[in-house]
Amino acid sequence: MKSRLLNRIGLLFLAFVVVSPAILFFLWMLSLSLKFEIDNGAYPPIFIPERFAWSNYAQVFRENNFLLYLWNSILVTGTATALALLIGVPAGYGIARLKAEKAAVVVMIARMTPGLSYLIPLYLLFQWVGLVGTIWPQIIIHLVVTVPIVVWVMIGYFETTPIELEEAASIDGASAWQVFSMVALPIARPGIVVALILAVIFSWNNFVFGVVLASRETRTLPVAVYNMLSYEQVSWGPLAAAALVVTLPVLVLTMLAQRQIVAGLTAGAVKGG
Amino acid sequence: MAATVQAGRRPLRLAPNYWLFVLPALIVVLAVIVFPWAFTIWMSGNEWTLGSPRSFVGFANYLRLWADPRFWESLGHTLWYTLLSVVMPLILGTLAALIFDARFPWRGFLRGIFVMPMMATPVAIALVWTMMFHPQLGVLNYLLSLVGIPAQEWIFNPSTVIPSLVAVETWQWTPLVMLIVLGGLASLPRDPYESAEIDGANGWQKFYHLTLPMIAPFIMVAAIIRSIDALKSFDIIYAMTQGGPGTASETINIYLYNTAFAYYDIGYSSAMAIIFFVIIVALSLILLMLRQRLQWSEAEGK
Repeated sequence: MKSRLLNRIGLLFLAFVVVSPAILFFLWMLSLSLKFEIDNGAYPPIFIPERFAWSNYAQVFRENNFLLYLWNSILVTGTATALALLIGVPAGYGIARLKAEKAAVVVMIARMTPGLSYLIPLYLLFQWVGLVGTIWPQIIIHLVVTVPIVVWVMIGYFETTPIELEEAASIDGASAWQVFSMVALPIARPGIVVALILAVIFSWNNFVFGVVLASRETRTLPVAVYNMLSYEQVSWGPLAAAALVVTLPVLVLTMLAQRQIVAGLTAGAVKGG
Repeated sequence: MAATVQAGRRPLRLAPNYWLFVLPALIVVLAVIVFPWAFTIWMSGNEWTLGSPRSFVGFANYLRLWADPRFWESLGHTLWYTLLSVVMPLILGTLAALIFDARFPWRGFLRGIFVMPMMATPVAIALVWTMMFHPQLGVLNYLLSLVGIPAQEWIFNPSTVIPSLVAVETWQWTPLVMLIVLGGLASLPRDPYESAEIDGANGWQKFYHLTLPMIAPFIMVAAIIRSIDALKSFDIIYAMTQGGPGTASETINIYLYNTAFAYYDIGYSSAMAIIFFVIIVALSLILLMLRQRLQWSEAEGK
């Protein structure tokens, strides 16, 4: 009994060792974001400063138009995810029911293609159509990230949901659409939540599309935080504060929806971009 | 896959037309995936820099690529970067999975924190790592000095830039390997372990002769996914070094970006994009074949 307890404590210790790079990194990020320049430039480094520089956060929002970029990020991620669910959930359903494994290959290819190879032709297309300067190019190209994730997760999910209920409903005279919307869809809600969360995270994090397609007014947060580097003399406090603001929504979501994320990633092992 | 469960079912009397459900997605896929590919293939046969006239040149762009030392150099960087950022997360992720497979207090909570790096915004992470790598003021050199190791130049030195970037990549993506292997560990049967214990096998023997062969297919899946992602890695490299110092960390993806969006050499970058994609597919196929061989020899051994 006693050795068992020791075992558990030993394991807990090992787990802490394994997790420590993540914990220490995020704590250091927080520390950087709350220090004045003089503390951030100190050697040896200061972990907990005597005075907290909350002003770093205020400065990020005041000087860098961060509210606009936050709104852009919400708009791009929100629309791209909503559109992806709208077309991806039925597609996942159809592919799962058709047992069309070739369609899954298309998703795999989309997964393997580097984001840049979409970017070059679509960038030219957006220029010709005259969409450059609006938010639409980014929303459209984010579909490259969100649609495969949603389709992939939903194929996996619909393959596990029973078909008997659907058969019963269609024998009772329900149309294909009714079967889908009234029988299949309600059962699939947990799968949709997984797809939604993963699509939101990978769209939110996307950087490469924005760095090419965004103008000054249509930047998303990852692009905005990167641009802080190049457009002013680098001061670490506000930069770290901005980095934390950008990634905080995702981190909170990860903690809240840990179980769904783990389920989705291990089932489909998807990643956008 | 679970698809086989329903195989062999009698045909439905009123089988709905499922293609209608797939149609909207098909249109989107055509528009944002197939069209770009067709366009890229066509463009790769043209000599075209934005702002100047376009002309058809056949395979000249591919020949130019073949003779481009900067491309070969970037290919070398890519392969080195990929090798390191597959192997390191595989080793660390498997170790972490073995720990997280056991039972201990706060397991779920700690796993949640462990997963965080992979979900965090890469650019934001990269900026903070850049500060930590700072040769004079960075916290990493301070930590090294505590154990008596001299200060490093990390991403600011051509010879250490790739390993330093890989450290960030490893920090970020070890959790994915851990999750996949953890899924494998959870599906292992109990019986072989019980009989091994009766035979008096020690912990290492059980791991090496039982666990490792059984989770090998999962490690291979992780290796394939990791290879694809590492080959395509962009955000971290671009945000931290932009391929520098000089071109010391310029991978194909970064060179591709520069060719397309710094030099606006559309024809050449299209050819590069296609070759790049071929490399990714080829490597994935090799790994897939390895995986099949692995499972095959395993089945034979039984």
